[in-house]
Amino acid sequence: MTWTQLLPNLIKGAEVTALIAVASTLLGAVFAFAAGIARVSGGRLLSAIALTYIEIFRGTSLLVQLFWLYYALPLIGISFDPIATGIFGLALNIGAYGAEVVRGALVSVSEQQREAAKALNFSGAHTMIHIVLPQAVIEMMPSFCNLAIQNLKDTALVSFISIADLSFHAQSLRNLTLQSVPIYTLTLLIYFAMALVIAAAMRWLENKLRRGAAFPKGAAS
Amino acid sequence: MNPIIRFSNVTKRFGALTVLRDFDFEVKQGEKVTLIGPSGSGKSTVLRILMTLEPFQEGTLTLAGMPYHEPDGHGPFKAREKHLRQIRSHVGMVFQSFNLFPHMTVLRNVIEAPVRVLGLSRNEAECRAVDLLNMVGLADKKDHYPSQLSGGQQQRVAIARALAMRPRVLLFDEPTSALDPQLVGEVLGVIRSLAHEHDLTMLLVTHEMRFAREVSDRVCFFDKGQIVEQGEPERIFSSPEQPRTREFLASVLG
Ligand SMILES: Nc1ncnc2c1ncn2[C@@H]1O[C@H](COP(=O)(O)OP(=O)(O)OP(=O)(O)O)[C@@H](O)[C@H]1O
Ligand SMILES: [Mg+2]
Repeated sequence: MTWTQLLPNLIKGAEVTALIAVASTLLGAVFAFAAGIARVSGGRLLSAIALTYIEIFRGTSLLVQLFWLYYALPLIGISFDPIATGIFGLALNIGAYGAEVVRGALVSVSEQQREAAKALNFSGAHTMIHIVLPQAVIEMMPSFCNLAIQNLKDTALVSFISIADLSFHAQSLRNLTLQSVPIYTLTLLIYFAMALVIAAAMRWLENKLRRGAAFPKGAAS
Repeated sequence: MNPIIRFSNVTKRFGALTVLRDFDFEVKQGEKVTLIGPSGSGKSTVLRILMTLEPFQEGTLTLAGMPYHEPDGHGPFKAREKHLRQIRSHVGMVFQSFNLFPHMTVLRNVIEAPVRVLGLSRNEAECRAVDLLNMVGLADKKDHYPSQLSGGQQQRVAIARALAMRPRVLLFDEPTSALDPQLVGEVLGVIRSLAHEHDLTMLLVTHEMRFAREVSDRVCFFDKGQIVEQGEPERIFSSPEQPRTREFLASVLG
């Protein structure tokens, strides 16, 4: 097979990879904010639950988590299709790392901002949503960008739970044609291109937030 | 008339350090009181307790008759947020470092709390905000962000922001200490104009002695968590009775 014949198969896999990467990053962001906010201002119980979640998912291998979700969830009566399981597993994983990013950014907003909000009689929830979060989100963006790219690379593991993603297609093409070098060269390039797109998208989002907040770099003191 | 602020036997500790011990202090409605004293004497602590930013350990504190601790036995430390918010609705504070919200325009800074906390309509809040910004001379900066303003301008916005909540008591903690000398005057000018507001109770911590003398009804000299001497500014500044007051005034007036 020539390179141009290999490509359509790989593209098919890349579409699945892109879907899983985007969906798990978005869902992961939801988990990250929920757990990160719970850690900072959730009270003792919520904070402990969030911490347990974070430590479990940071402390165990993603591959084992995926296998566990894939095999164990059906046993307790929950069954997702493999793609949903993959998205869910990756999201839980990126969410655990993201929660620490969220927590760090929230506590980096100066105590004086919270005191000013209190002096204006804002409720705790208002302070979090309208004063602290908008300032913290901008600080989170560079780390979120790294996590999203890491997550893209981690999607390769979903091929182990029988999802036909980019890695899966590369593997099966290689088994079929034995053309390892062209196949993996193309695969690398496709992953790289997707990472570039993610980085560009995150930078765009960061700039937009910065401008929306008219928050010149470094003026956040 | 009952005092609007009444500390009685208030004790405040930070761990092993007792900052206020059996502290008694009263302020009448509409009174303009200045706290002066050496660094670390507890002046900020008094304001921060009033703003509910710091709990205290013993004694009672009331604002317009409302106790900071709850009548049903919750101590000042455990007072519920709902109760504290009711107290806070009567008190405003201007901080040394302005503490404007950097991600909001000047106008948003001023209307945010009236809209979200008091439930004013946006229009109403904006009218109120524009009036206040006019009063502090910054109506033309309403669409700027704090980072685009000088320190003096930021502090004037912070004063407008606090006034937008119509507090009965306004606290100033060294409002000009973070400013370049040439910007101090514009902020003092705004505070001076507020001192004419008959009903507004003002509590001011400052190192600007000339200003304190000019605007206050009463000056309290603070040392080691106690009021050592207090009285009309003329008397405190021209004939202090306590040696510690004399010493302090000599050191700051040079
Ligand atoms: N959060 C805190 N934890 C521990 N100690 C504190 C805290 N805040 C203040 N203190 C201590 O309490 C004492 C009184 O502080 P306070 O800030 O009220 O003084 P001040 O009179 O305002 O001084 P300055 O003129 O320097 O502002 C000081 O000894 C200070 O170190
Ligand atoms: Mg102080």
